[in-house]
Amino acid sequence: MTVAPTDSGFVAGAANVVQSVDWLAIAPPTIAAVVGLAVLVTDLFVPERRKELLGWISVAGLAAAGLSLLPILDDERSTFCVVGRGDTLCSYTADEFTLVIQLLVLGGALLTALLSLSTLKDARAAGKEIPEGEFWFLLLSSAAGAALLPAARDLATLVVALEVASLPAFALVGLKRGDRRSSEGALKFFLSSVTATAVTLLGASFVYAATGTLHLAEIGAELGEVDGDLRTLARAGVVLTLVGFAFKVAAVPFHFWVPDTYVGAPLPVAAYLSVVGKAVGFTGLILVLVVAFQEYHDVWGPALAVLAALTMTAGNVAALRQRPTRAYSAVRLLAWSSVGQAGYLLVPIAAAGYADRPSQADSAVGSTVAYALMYAAVNLGAFAVAALVGRTHARNRVSDYRGLYARSPLSALTLAFFLLCLAGLPPGIIGLFAKVTVFSAAVDAGLGWLAVVMAANVVIALYYYLQWTALLFRAPEGEPERYRVPAPLTVAVALAAVLGVALSGAPQLVLRFTTSGLF
Amino acid sequence: MIGISESVMQFLLALIVAGPLIGAVAALLPAPPGLKGKSPDQAVLRHGVVVTGAVLIAAIVLALGFDHDHPSRMQATTDIRWIPALDVRVHLGVDGISLPLLVLTALLTFLCALYSYFKMPEGPSPRAFVALVLVLEAGTLATFAVLDLLLFFLAFEMVLIPMYFLIARWGGARRGPAAWKFILYTLLGSVVMLLGLLLIGLKSGTFDMVALATDNDPGLTTSVQVTAVLAIGVGLAVKTPMWPLHSWLPDAHTAAPTVGSVLLAGVLLKMGTYGFVRILLPIAPDGMETFAPYLAAFAVVGIVYGSLACLALARPGAKGDLKRLIAYSSVGHMGFVLLGIATMTPTGVNGALFANIAHGLITGLLFFLVGAVKDRTGTSDLDTLAQESGAALYGKAPRLGALLAFGAVASLGLPGLAGFWGEMLALFGAFDPADGLSRPAFLTFMAIAAFGTLLTAAYMLIVVRRVCMGPGAGTEQAPRLADVHGYEFAAWTPLVALTVLAGLWPAALLGLTDPAVQQLLAGGKS
Repeated sequence: MTVAPTDSGFVAGAANVVQSVDWLAIAPPTIAAVVGLAVLVTDLFVPERRKELLGWISVAGLAAAGLSLLPILDDERSTFCVVGRGDTLCSYTADEFTLVIQLLVLGGALLTALLSLSTLKDARAAGKEIPEGEFWFLLLSSAAGAALLPAARDLATLVVALEVASLPAFALVGLKRGDRRSSEGALKFFLSSVTATAVTLLGASFVYAATGTLHLAEIGAELGEVDGDLRTLARAGVVLTLVGFAFKVAAVPFHFWVPDTYVGAPLPVAAYLSVVGKAVGFTGLILVLVVAFQEYHDVWGPALAVLAALTMTAGNVAALRQRPTRAYSAVRLLAWSSVGQAGYLLVPIAAAGYADRPSQADSAVGSTVAYALMYAAVNLGAFAVAALVGRTHARNRVSDYRGLYARSPLSALTLAFFLLCLAGLPPGIIGLFAKVTVFSAAVDAGLGWLAVVMAANVVIALYYYLQWTALLFRAPEGEPERYRVPAPLTVAVALAAVLGVALSGAPQLVLRFTTSGLF
Repeated sequence: MIGISESVMQFLLALIVAGPLIGAVAALLPAPPGLKGKSPDQAVLRHGVVVTGAVLIAAIVLALGFDHDHPSRMQATTDIRWIPALDVRVHLGVDGISLPLLVLTALLTFLCALYSYFKMPEGPSPRAFVALVLVLEAGTLATFAVLDLLLFFLAFEMVLIPMYFLIARWGGARRGPAAWKFILYTLLGSVVMLLGLLLIGLKSGTFDMVALATDNDPGLTTSVQVTAVLAIGVGLAVKTPMWPLHSWLPDAHTAAPTVGSVLLAGVLLKMGTYGFVRILLPIAPDGMETFAPYLAAFAVVGIVYGSLACLALARPGAKGDLKRLIAYSSVGHMGFVLLGIATMTPTGVNGALFANIAHGLITGLLFFLVGAVKDRTGTSDLDTLAQESGAALYGKAPRLGALLAFGAVASLGLPGLAGFWGEMLALFGAFDPADGLSRPAFLTFMAIAAFGTLLTAAYMLIVVRRVCMGPGAGTEQAPRLADVHGYEFAAWTPLVALTVLAGLWPAALLGLTDPAVQQLLAGGKS
């Protein structure tokens, strides 16, 4: 990963031109990127029938990237530093926040990779081949970008990471050759995303113009001392910068691409977008807003609160209106519900805008992170079961899940568990408590109205999640057929289920982020 | 009564809460060799009886070991940190208020398991049925045993999924919509309740019920209390159910299988009123005082409304369903409970708690009986049963008829049976409500509620006349019905015996609840 040189970097003098790089700190994104390149090259030399090898290399690479988090767990490391006005500024910081998000991103990518293994194999068997070398390369590059993003501490790195995470994703969505829906989804995704990113760049340049620095920490200090004339520019910059990240989170009004893109994409890619894509978005939001733009919290706090309310309402109402017999309604339902969940994720960030003390903002951010971890595990699990059902029911309608319990009790029970976690109802205890932390962040910040809106949304969401859950246990139509489940898919479902159950037993594992500051 | 060391008591209480959950998981696994029984279905139903029986025994031993000289003290307490981030603790304990409810729950669930062993409701496999009943039991027992607000909420929610499936999978006609209505109403209420609980927890800094009840935290200003009581009260009132939030109840009861109805009326409804007594009265007394007159007003409307609805259903030609009628009578009975709570006096609250238990015993029995009638005649529709002249249950199945008449007169509050004391104490409480509450208003409520008891008597007697009496079996070729079976006797006798016992010796129960209520109302100071 290269880092754009900043102006202060040039001033810093010859001694700093050659930097010593802390390779251990940057290992997680680097390993993902290097393995991605390696897979692309290996693809040239692997015969057609051995392509499966590429998938296993990628899985191993992602696992290695995840394991590389272990040695840097204890201490906070920074690299790519320059001496700024006053103190040292670093472009890459591996603090607790970074590590947690990297774990989420790499774990999410790993589960996606496991899902993809069987999807690619099925596609190969069906003759609708997806180019494998490209697929794995794109997935790993996107994961590398997403893993870089939480560590970025200047606007340039942030935008670069955002692009690295997004650009491969467009290609991934459009990778189904000859599938009209896939190309359409990719095009929609591409056009709206490029616009959003361009606006973010514009915003970042405004902020740079107003403050004269790209480092988040320095922006935070400088924004308070902006001249009167430039204040408007700075404010506009703050708002515009948010756009790109709001797009990734799929916040209203940047959510229209979601259902078509999810339906068009290969299912594992949809799962990836719903978890890792969102993680990219809200991580960026947290970094930009809470670290850099804290000065303007009176601008973005209320804006984000309204955005959160709109996002959750739009997502849940649309999910409620899905007819179960429509083609791909299961994926559409998950897509819209993920928009609704994005709304919950935004609530604590909005609450951070109302915080009186930094510690309060920190704990609000912790609520988002805790919620995101829960969401990542169970949403990927739900997608995994959807992929499993999709193997026999290509149209993946919600009504195809009727009587799943009779056909395959374990997958029905796990899907029910994942859905109840998303709904926040026991036995999905972790879902319940994650919602409680989000609620308490809102109530704590005095956002009573937002808590009430969220409560209404939780009930709407309960309606469709429960309807789906109930369908699983209805009597099946016709004789239940049995089929073999591929091992990687089983592993993915089992991993997600184990995570969900473990978190339900010991919610403290993720909820501790709401008390200990992450930065 | 008998000395049991504290650590054993702790273990017993933990077992009561966790035992059914473990049993539920075990029910889903294949039976181990040696316990396979005659068939897998029989083995799993037996498993249900064994687990609920063990829990009942544990509950009885707990009740025996309970220090009856200090019922206001929390006993058998366990207090472990669970989620430090939210300050959620696994805090369990029983006092005089929760102990009778714990025993009632364990008893009713055991009787239901026993009844199902011989008469499994029609539907899919018993494996899931047993597991769901056990989860339901765990949820209700936990609701009465936990002393942490968030844990209370968790337990409160835990019963929803099992009850939903019990109605939706093993229920009768129109079960799907009824189950939906049940779960949606309750969820809507409980989400609002969660906001109220969070408000209390965040403003006072703790979720611990005992600490909250004793401390009178300055963070809980009157306005906070008013908001919290409104939010929590709505959630609890849906569950209770309070008029006008009751409309899920008749549908759910009508559609539910017998066992589901018994548990719903006997146990689940008590969770709502228990929440009022355990959470709202001690923690937010100021807020409660603001809303007490409204609560009482809704309660008496519920009493009269429930009775009138029953009268309408009992009328010939109204096509009234017996289960529906008993469900509406529950609305009336729970109205008395709410009235007692709304008086905020020891007399009223004791009456409320007594009526709670009595309603659990009597209505549980009535649902069992109606279920038995429905099994024998194939209908619970009053008009079909009674036709022109009456169903003549006395003639066709004398014991069943006698039991039904017993249940009916117990339900109308005949002195000497359990139904009497609770309602009378609630009315007494309304005669002299707590300081700060308007006495004339409560006197009016009392008068209306007393009128409600008359209406209750009226419809119950109509039901008895139409179902039990009629032309003698000899005069027509009406076939005799199977009389009470052995297992039915086994399941119903405890309820009958306890109804009589509580009616003749109310002090046994009031001696437990009164000191605890006094302490709660005095802000934790005894």
